Amino acid sequence: MTNADGVAPKPLLVERKQFTFAQSPDEMVLDCGVHLGPITLAYETIGELNADRSNAILILHAFSGDSHVAGYLHENDDRPGWWDNMVGPGKPIDTNRYFVICSNILGGCAGSTGPSSLNPETGKPYGLGFPMVTIKDMVHAQKHLIEHLGITKLMSLIGGSVGGMQVLRWCADYPEMVVSAIPLATTTRHSAQAIAFNEVARQAIMADPDWNNGDYYDGPGPAHGLAVARMIGHVTYLSDESMREKFGRRLHRSALSFDFTGDFQVESYLHHQGKKFVTRFDANSLLFITKAADYFDLERGGHHLLINETLANVSFLVISFTSDWLYPTYQSRGIVSALKKNGSDVSFCEIEAQCGHDAFLIPNKRLDGLISGFLDRVYHEHCL
Amino acid sequence: MRFDLQVIASWIEPGSRVLDLGCGNGDLLAYLKKYKQVNGTGIEYAEEKVARCIERGLTVLQGDFRKEVCDYPEGRFDVIVLSQTLQQIHDPKELLIDLLWIGKRVIVSFPNFAHWSARLQILLTGIAPVTDQLPFEWYDTPNIRVISIKDFKRFLRMLGVRTVREVAINTHHHDYKGNIVRYFKNLRATYGIMMLERMP
Repeated sequence: MTNADGVAPKPLLVERKQFTFAQSPDEMVLDCGVHLGPITLAYETIGELNADRSNAILILHAFSGDSHVAGYLHENDDRPGWWDNMVGPGKPIDTNRYFVICSNILGGCAGSTGPSSLNPETGKPYGLGFPMVTIKDMVHAQKHLIEHLGITKLMSLIGGSVGGMQVLRWCADYPEMVVSAIPLATTTRHSAQAIAFNEVARQAIMADPDWNNGDYYDGPGPAHGLAVARMIGHVTYLSDESMREKFGRRLHRSALSFDFTGDFQVESYLHHQGKKFVTRFDANSLLFITKAADYFDLERGGHHLLINETLANVSFLVISFTSDWLYPTYQSRGIVSALKKNGSDVSFCEIEAQCGHDAFLIPNKRLDGLISGFLDRVYHEHCL
Repeated sequence: MRFDLQVIASWIEPGSRVLDLGCGNGDLLAYLKKYKQVNGTGIEYAEEKVARCIERGLTVLQGDFRKEVCDYPEGRFDVIVLSQTLQQIHDPKELLIDLLWIGKRVIVSFPNFAHWSARLQILLTGIAPVTDQLPFEWYDTPNIRVISIKDFKRFLRMLGVRTVREVAINTHHHDYKGNIVRYFKNLRATYGIMMLERMP
């Protein structure tokens, strides 16, 4: 990309920071009743907080994401953040105007406290000794970070998939801190199908002998099991149509091999994705986060947590994608239907896209326009 | 803006909560937001139009408004606008009852099928009328109901719905110009516009 003078703009440099809280004896009480502390959250911020601290946007990452939402970590970094097409100066979430915050979730493995962190009591990694954290706990920890940054109200919360669950959980638990929210390709509760795929992924890890009941940090670790888990995940992020178009039945070699080394392009794609994932993700984190996503349920016991008078003053933009079969449109419509009962200001759009659940991360002009138009309105109504 | 929408806009009080059914590109909502500071929501079926509305800062839901209106609580809106769509509704009676539940007032505009040009066409040619307001053949029309101003008034009496305001206008399908018809409305007007209210 070049600017008006034909000169490539300087890459946006960001810094990963850490915030530690819940020190003994003030540990955070989790959903499951366990006291956890100290807790560290890795986070990054882009842009400037304005004088009345009203332009903050919290971006919530999906299950395998991290705090590195956009820009580069150093001059020679060749990989930008995971949503670089959406977030940055002059981009739909314009950091010339908004102060963007993104933190790695509790239970993750990219700088925040999770099962691979050292347990202060034993001096060894938690492993399965890590408590079962929930989406509610993740959001609770983020609230500590937001307060630490001196922000009392978030101009917007934006996230897709498990990030969208966090957006909804924020709205359910701390509605008074929310001005607007954009839940993307998400749900108030996993379907049986979504739980089923997660369980297969978990079993793949736990069946790997190198998993060793979660105690593998001084050994090779369950690389094969984790790769298989990622392969399963990838199938759920695509769609029949996108796979047909991307791979069809094409082979990645000249003829059939008549053995089990893998003939089809779709196989080698999944193997590649699996291998790549092993280098950056912790198997125990996958177990804990997928479980948190499965436990997430805003309608438990028939009591819908999005039906809440306090949300009447919150503006929402709900977005789904036509080919997303992991969190299909009917689930987004359920969110819309509940919010309408509060008298909340709700917009909804189902974007025609063929790439399945992954669509929310893939550059898409329609998505850009919806998000920037919505934020622009919220900014003018709330910040000026 | 279309002439019938100009009339409708002039009936809406500043600061009202408005629901526009089949809001298209959001021209009415944008106008009302700018000049009357209304708190507006639109419902529209086509993704492209929904996206254009949201991009220009309007609140719009994508979906079939017949279903979408069911979730709102009683009295959520001050005014609901149903413009040039009534003739396409499968269950107009039930819809009107639903709308008068979630909204205090409903403004309806519809093409008048008893306009003299339609009457003449069927009388002289024996062919189902095709007019500027109803520009379709019988086999490709989205319009499944034939309504005249007189018919609609009878319908309102039967339903027990009060008419707060009404006007008959003469304008073309998508024209921004038009005039008010004061005499022989059912014969001379191309559109009827009425503001309805539940009987207390």
